[in-house]
Amino acid sequence: MRFFSNLLKSSWRSIQRNKTRSLLTSLGIIIGVSAVIIMVAIGQGAQRSIEEQIASLGTNMIIVFPGVATTGSVRMGGGTYVRFTEDDVKKLKEEATLVNGISAIVRTSGQIIGGGSNWFTSVLGVSPDYIEIREWPVEEGEFFSERDVVSKAKVAVLGKTVADELFPDGNAVGERIRIRNLPFKVIGVLSEKGQDSRGFDQDDLVLVPYTTALYRLKGGRYIDTIILSAISQDQIDAAQEEIRAILRESHRLQDWQEDDFRIRTQTEIIERATETSKVLTLLLASIAAVSLIVGGIGIMNIMLVSVTERTREIGIRMSVGARSSDILIQFLSEAIVLSLIGGIIGILISFLAVFLMNRFTSLTPIINPGIVLISFLFAAAVGVFFGFYPARKAANLNPIEALRYE
Amino acid sequence: MTEVIKMERITKVYQMGEVKVHALRGVDLSVRKGEFVSIMGPSGSGKSTLMNLIGCLDTPTSGEYFLEGENVNTLSNKELADIRNKKIGFVFQNYNLLPRTTALENVELPLIYDRTGRIKNPRKAAKEALERVGLADRMHHVPNQLSGGEQQRVAIARAIVNNPAIILADEPTGNLDSVSSLDIMSVFQALNREGITIILVTHEKDIALYTKRIVRIRDGKIVKEINVNEPRDAIKDLEELKKGLALEEEIEMQEEELL
Ligand SMILES: Nc1ncnc2c1ncn2[C@@H]1O[C@H](COP(=O)(O)OP(=O)(O)O)[C@@H](O)[C@H]1O
Ligand SMILES: [Mg+2]
Repeated sequence: MRFFSNLLKSSWRSIQRNKTRSLLTSLGIIIGVSAVIIMVAIGQGAQRSIEEQIASLGTNMIIVFPGVATTGSVRMGGGTYVRFTEDDVKKLKEEATLVNGISAIVRTSGQIIGGGSNWFTSVLGVSPDYIEIREWPVEEGEFFSERDVVSKAKVAVLGKTVADELFPDGNAVGERIRIRNLPFKVIGVLSEKGQDSRGFDQDDLVLVPYTTALYRLKGGRYIDTIILSAISQDQIDAAQEEIRAILRESHRLQDWQEDDFRIRTQTEIIERATETSKVLTLLLASIAAVSLIVGGIGIMNIMLVSVTERTREIGIRMSVGARSSDILIQFLSEAIVLSLIGGIIGILISFLAVFLMNRFTSLTPIINPGIVLISFLFAAAVGVFFGFYPARKAANLNPIEALRYE
Repeated sequence: MTEVIKMERITKVYQMGEVKVHALRGVDLSVRKGEFVSIMGPSGSGKSTLMNLIGCLDTPTSGEYFLEGENVNTLSNKELADIRNKKIGFVFQNYNLLPRTTALENVELPLIYDRTGRIKNPRKAAKEALERVGLADRMHHVPNQLSGGEQQRVAIARAIVNNPAIILADEPTGNLDSVSSLDIMSVFQALNREGITIILVTHEKDIALYTKRIVRIRDGKIVKEINVNEPRDAIKDLEELKKGLALEEEIEMQEEELL
């Protein structure tokens, strides 16, 4: 114990004797450690916010996209693009047992006039289940009903942004607006949802019954996508299978034919989105790790200079009875103490940087305690690894020559 | 009396590329406990080489060397280091103190490497050693705040702190003026009176006269050994010298006044 405390004390002393040089030596480690921690923190912060935004789409959500039909045994290049019809929606509604809600989605857009101003936005035709599936409650007024769908009613529910643009004083509910010159009655305003993962304002839209969108606004027959919600998280896969079977039957697909639609679940979307940010995090972290190694080479460099400069000191220590191993341990422990000090300063700097970023930028970095520990240990390992060669050089000096060194 | 050092037919050959340098050519030397020996000889005669061998910093090419009865020829580097720590105290011409390190810490240095646990309280031992060389009031000074003579006293304190069997001083007064030289010799004489064995290298005859035995060496061989029947007393001479210097100064000042 006394051995170690003496060792630490003497390392600390000789580091102190040369403060500037010690700081410069540690600089590489300081930069490396703080870079690793900050990079990973930024990456994980981005990942977390992507996850949160996707979760805001609604949990247990399943999305069905249209696909390409197979004709014959080969998939035709640019083959017939199969879209969904009202029939598909009806069939799903009647037969699916593992889903709670189902909503057709018909996308269009147009100029909205109301409250004395106008605003261009996207118009989404949906079913009454839409707000449950997306966990997106109405803030004012109400949502439209199945009856409105059947009657293709000209009623609209405004996204928060649209409501604020057209009716800055509030009281949008009950007002009349025109969508593509067609008169609609505003029956509700959605609660605020914020930006999506790509930074788009999700509240910049108008919801109308999908039949209204289909027949009155778009003049088509086809539904773009269908979204559903599974009855529970662990029924998602089963629900997916059920939906697939129903749609295959509805599309009269033979066994040898591939699906002419694609089903995506919430989890898949999250995985796909976070994949990218994980790769990015890894990339940033490995660049930062390289700087740790460069820092280690810096330590080796300065330790080598230090061994040469302190040749006389080494000779003196040997003449009063230091063994080679004592000298080795002394220089090694100096290198380790230097890197650990660098590591600690690096950690403090990264904490400060993360705090400032959270406070003053739109980034939301998250400190990962595991990474802090790992980079600290890595700094120590760098000290051992890059300190060993100079330390051994010191230990192998001949005492007489070392004493004579000028 | 017991022999602290017994050397028989010691040779040391340095290989300088193709050339062999015979630094020592068969040295027989015995030093008993409590002796104060000076080694004299011209430059390049092998004095430092001999000191390094005695101090176990190096091993001879041939010959036998017993330190306190122990044959040190066969020891490993590690064992030699331990012997240096336990039995040897070095004093060098250029003091060889650690820079930017206080006198006290310099004196403590050998005790860091003490594995025997003989010295229970290193700090106290270091303070006592500094007191013995009369530097108790300079304990917390770093070398460049000390005069040459004071630095050499610190070096002597470092040499005695681990109660060695012998002190080896290689031209300890070589860098000092005459007053400081006498001062250092008085410290050595005091330590020798306490029973410490000392070997000192010098090429100044006046310095050698303060020791009890002079060994003359030339071309790597001992050519003459002289017992000094009545060694001079460094303290007395120091007082005389200071008086003389004071007188000189007085005369100089008087001269200046007259002119
Ligand atoms: N490490 C060495 N390598 C080669 N020759 C050496 C070495 N050390 C000393 N010598 C030679 O050995 C001889 C004795 O040197 P040294 O013991 O230092 O003499 P002194 O101390 O009496 O002046 C000299 O000729 C010197 O050049
Ligand atoms: Mg010499």
